[in-house]
Amino acid sequence: MGDVDFLIIGAGPAGMAAAAQAARLGMSTAILDEQPAPGGQIYRGVEVAGPVRGRILGKDFLNGVQLAQGVRHAGIRYIPGATVWKAEAGGSVAYSVEGAARTIRGRRLLLATGALERPVPLPGWTLPGVMTVGAAQILLKQSGVVPRRAVIAGSGPLLYLVAAQMVRAGRPPLALVETPERRDLLRALRHLGGALRGWRYMAKGVGWFAELARAGVPRYRSATELRIEGTDKAEALSFVAGGRNRCIACETVLLHEGVVPNTQASRAMNLPHHWDAGQRCFVPDHDVWGQTAEPRVYVAGDGAGIGGAQAAEQAGCLAALHAAAALGHIGNDERDRRGARHLRRLAREMAARPFLEAAYPPGMQTRAPADDTIVCRCEEVTAGDIRRHAALGCRGPNQAKAFGRAGMGPCQGRYCGLTVTGLLAAQTGQTPAETGYYRIRPPLKPITVAELAALEPDPGENT
Amino acid sequence: MSTEYAIVGGGVVGLSLAWGLLKRGCRVLVLDGGDGGLRASRGNFGLVWVQGKGLDQPAYARWSQRSAKAWGDFAAELGEATGTDLCLHQQGGYDFHFSEETLEARVAQYRALRPHLAQYPFEVLGPNALKAEEPHIGPGVAGAILHHQDGHVNPLRLLQALAADVRRLGGKVLTGKHVSDIAPGDGFTLTCADGTVFRAAKVVLAAGLGARDLGPKLGFVAPVRPQRGQVLVTEKLPRLLNRPSGIIRQVNEGGIQIGDSKEEVGLDDSVTLKGIAAIAVRAVRVCPALARAQIVRSWGALRILTPDGLPIYQQSPQAHGAFLVTCHSGITLAAAHARFLPDWLEGADIPNLETFSEKRFSISRD
Amino acid sequence: MKKDFPFQEIDPDGPRVAVRFDGAVYDLPEGANLAAALLVAGVRAFRATPISGAPRAPFCMMGACYDCLVRIDGVVRQACMTRVQAGMEIERAPAREVPHG
Repeated sequence: MGDVDFLIIGAGPAGMAAAAQAARLGMSTAILDEQPAPGGQIYRGVEVAGPVRGRILGKDFLNGVQLAQGVRHAGIRYIPGATVWKAEAGGSVAYSVEGAARTIRGRRLLLATGALERPVPLPGWTLPGVMTVGAAQILLKQSGVVPRRAVIAGSGPLLYLVAAQMVRAGRPPLALVETPERRDLLRALRHLGGALRGWRYMAKGVGWFAELARAGVPRYRSATELRIEGTDKAEALSFVAGGRNRCIACETVLLHEGVVPNTQASRAMNLPHHWDAGQRCFVPDHDVWGQTAEPRVYVAGDGAGIGGAQAAEQAGCLAALHAAAALGHIGNDERDRRGARHLRRLAREMAARPFLEAAYPPGMQTRAPADDTIVCRCEEVTAGDIRRHAALGCRGPNQAKAFGRAGMGPCQGRYCGLTVTGLLAAQTGQTPAETGYYRIRPPLKPITVAELAALEPDPGENT
Repeated sequence: MSTEYAIVGGGVVGLSLAWGLLKRGCRVLVLDGGDGGLRASRGNFGLVWVQGKGLDQPAYARWSQRSAKAWGDFAAELGEATGTDLCLHQQGGYDFHFSEETLEARVAQYRALRPHLAQYPFEVLGPNALKAEEPHIGPGVAGAILHHQDGHVNPLRLLQALAADVRRLGGKVLTGKHVSDIAPGDGFTLTCADGTVFRAAKVVLAAGLGARDLGPKLGFVAPVRPQRGQVLVTEKLPRLLNRPSGIIRQVNEGGIQIGDSKEEVGLDDSVTLKGIAAIAVRAVRVCPALARAQIVRSWGALRILTPDGLPIYQQSPQAHGAFLVTCHSGITLAAAHARFLPDWLEGADIPNLETFSEKRFSISRD
Repeated sequence: MKKDFPFQEIDPDGPRVAVRFDGAVYDLPEGANLAAALLVAGVRAFRATPISGAPRAPFCMMGACYDCLVRIDGVVRQACMTRVQAGMEIERAPAREVPHG
């Protein structure tokens, strides 16, 4: 309960940097985060894991130590273990800690909710033993846990980073099965200029490839027809590469097709979103400061468009500066002067994105899954079901949801939303923007009936 | 493009009428809106309900009973044609009461209505009798009225089955068509926001709240207003409730659906903390075992209400061949709309249907 | 402890506490991420879906996919968002009888 100047949802790089900046500018600041310790997913558990697993996780990971320390500041109310399940454009937020629901209001609200891994609808992707590459990395960061016999498959730089981290942890992956086609790389070359401005990323990539080669990790390129074999658990990954059918026996299959903004909170507020053709995802509309169509609400970090951890930090600072000026803590001149530095860094960080997006697109197989592939994991709805709904006149995901329950489960469409939009768009001939996205409603995450009932206000109290 | 009937609105009401007209051999075009429209067909509670309907107007109670009775055959026929189990269950439903006073007041109303009807089979269950029927109902419930003509259905499967079967029967259904104008004159010319134009000999306005804008173009008053209801759904649970009630029911997939508020907030279909918290409080009172269940979803939807809550069935006094059909009980009345109302559209008489003319409002207003 | 499970801890250390999962007792690292700890302990299927009964296990490890749902002391929770505490009673959610036909 109680109001603060600046309320932040998410303690990843954007949220942590924003909190530190806001506190320095004299704003009363609170930061709600789902995890028990600051860091978000990229710096998950960094305060503990940094010292003990820094060698495995690498130098970039250690960048998070200082950010996390910034949150432990007297001027910042840091609320860990907080699951936000309703956020309103007026700045009111409902959340639960250990099964008890509470509300808080920020005069300005920053959504720093980060990214989700793009859905990877492949045959067998719901089997135990299949997880995302990001999940494997979280296991390594937070828990020091590695899979013994894993195959990594999909598209994107994270494949190589996590493979390299597994090599350092003494459990190299059995293989890397890469879905980008050669022509993707050729197309990406026209963005090489930008990539060279972000040369640090390129240098890192070269290093990972060398580590994987030294460890003898086989790489299969332009892989198609991926399928996870097994009936009650993953037993192998089969695919076609180099014109040959292949099958690699394993216990764990790690999938990744890039990351996309987690827009559940901004969607639930009915903020306008647009389709980003380069990133192939929806992004909440916002200006350079992160301000959305609701003047009191900001977005920053990967939740506002994928840019990575360094970009997220800069965006978090920009949002804090703008909010501080809006509330009169600093003048607009000071805001603009300080902001210029962050904008320059942000531009540098974003320079490599077009190259990465072109070089590592999500594979065709996951963009247009076969009819019998499950797309909605929660309600077990297949791609064929969605295509049938399109034939019955569903032009958008909300009617399809009503027809076949896709997106009605506890994940609220997080792992099927973009797939369903894509499938409907392909069937109807509309653009993804015309097709639209699920109407997201509270609770953003399930809560118990008792938790919600406990909030029944006494007469005259809050919203 | 010309057709016999153009139906404006592809929700349960419009599709039920289309289905019935197609069964009678008519040529039908349904113009339906976009994905984001306000759609009671996606937000309703799923009851096929008799009790409490028409307490002041026995004709409405009879019409609801007639529809409820027709529902079994309707569901069977539609289900068989589309391979869909609509999950219709008509083994009775409850009206729960937290105090004996409200229970007795309600029973008195039912007793007053009963002589006007052929039958009105209800019984009053005290706490013990209720416990025997519904072991999970909590001690806070003072009693219930069990009405044997009540039941529930999966309303989304109904919507999908109608969408499929109307097409199978040769109906043309176009979605993403927001009808912006209807002009009478040698039939009707319907213009959509995207610029497309359709012609039809007759037009049926089944556009829910959209009738407010389109109705006057055809000489209707269309005095409908939105009333918001908020609903919660829990995770899928083992069977907790045997029969539905007006405020809580277990759906066929296992989730418990809890509602529903009645709020006059205009076209705002959002979910409010205050609204859902109040629903949660009532849910735990009715069924204490729900306290530890997870709420997976909530939604707000807008009822389409007339001033007296009864349907409007009106032929245009000005434009011959234009009809207005609107109601807030599109699920309960789906069977009547599919089986009986098309006869009226085709010119036959349905006894007492004039009760639902919108003239009743202009008279009382003047 | 058997060494051939699909997941391993790099540096097993720290105090362990007993929890019960579907009747069996497991010694898990106190305060650890429950999903990670169960994976290391050799648990493969965390739940069966209420629709087809298909087995599921942790997929995202970040609280988004809901495939690691287990019932802890009577309430369904995400294992990946829960820390191990001594004496936890954990069950796979029971196979659901369909309430209505």
